[in-house]
Amino acid sequence: MEVTLREGWAVIHGMLFGAAFLLAFGGGVAGLYSLRPQWVTAAGIMERMRRLKIGLWAMAGIAWATVITGTFIVYPWYRAKPPEGTVDLSAFPRYLLLANPNTAEWHKFGMEWKEHVGWLAPIAATVVAFAVSYYGPSLAKKVGERRALMVFFVVSFFAATVAGLFGAFITKVAPIR
Amino acid sequence: MATMTTASTEVDLPNGPVAAALVAGGIGCAAIGLFTVLAEASAGIKTALTWNAAVGALTGKSLMGVILFFVAWIGLHFMYRGKNVNFTRASTLAFVLLGLGLVMTFPPFFDLFAAG
Repeated sequence: MEVTLREGWAVIHGMLFGAAFLLAFGGGVAGLYSLRPQWVTAAGIMERMRRLKIGLWAMAGIAWATVITGTFIVYPWYRAKPPEGTVDLSAFPRYLLLANPNTAEWHKFGMEWKEHVGWLAPIAATVVAFAVSYYGPSLAKKVGERRALMVFFVVSFFAATVAGLFGAFITKVAPIR
Repeated sequence: MATMTTASTEVDLPNGPVAAALVAGGIGCAAIGLFTVLAEASAGIKTALTWNAAVGALTGKSLMGVILFFVAWIGLHFMYRGKNVNFTRASTLAFVLLGLGLVMTFPPFFDLFAAG
């Protein structure tokens, strides 16, 4: 059993950071959605606010870690150009995918979407974390603000989901070794 | 007997800083989309955005979006600090920018602008 350095970074990027963000979303959205004075006592709001702030800043940090490791560590291995005359493209995932019409769309659509939309996730998550920290418990009484933050939070999750799903599929078809 | 307490000491914070963060977030996302489209449309812009050869133009596209996000956030934050703004208008603008970011990073859309 062996995990190469490249595979290790791909795991850290996708299965540690990326998956942690997606898994944490459920808790974050439940916390934001239920932050209503008619549902929770003032003491309850105070109690969950602390958890929500820590959780949302952790999610924002994880989202930044995911895109930074993905773009600057893993992606160069994915797009590395093979030397002239290379027949075995297994160490060059981008070129391996493009060499076969049946797999080319994984790069042209999947990777192209993933690498760009993924960057929207940390920006949107950071905005949500800041706003929740700024308002604190008083956010419970601000319906419009809470809805706007929910939109940003869902977009952040959507962007991360697209990036995560295509990352998983592409790794299955053309893994980084 | 259990009693329910209300937070009577709550301060009604001005919404300016949150509106600023939302609009700045929209600007950052729209900028990533815009640079994606521009890099597709022009080989010169693509080269200009290639700040790192191993990563390619994604360096410039993503980092320009991130830089614009933080610059806009700082600027708007100081502009709207301590003020109340029309939140519906600010959040609508943020949603439009966010939507533009989503559309412009979608390959079938930015491929429409592919040079050659």
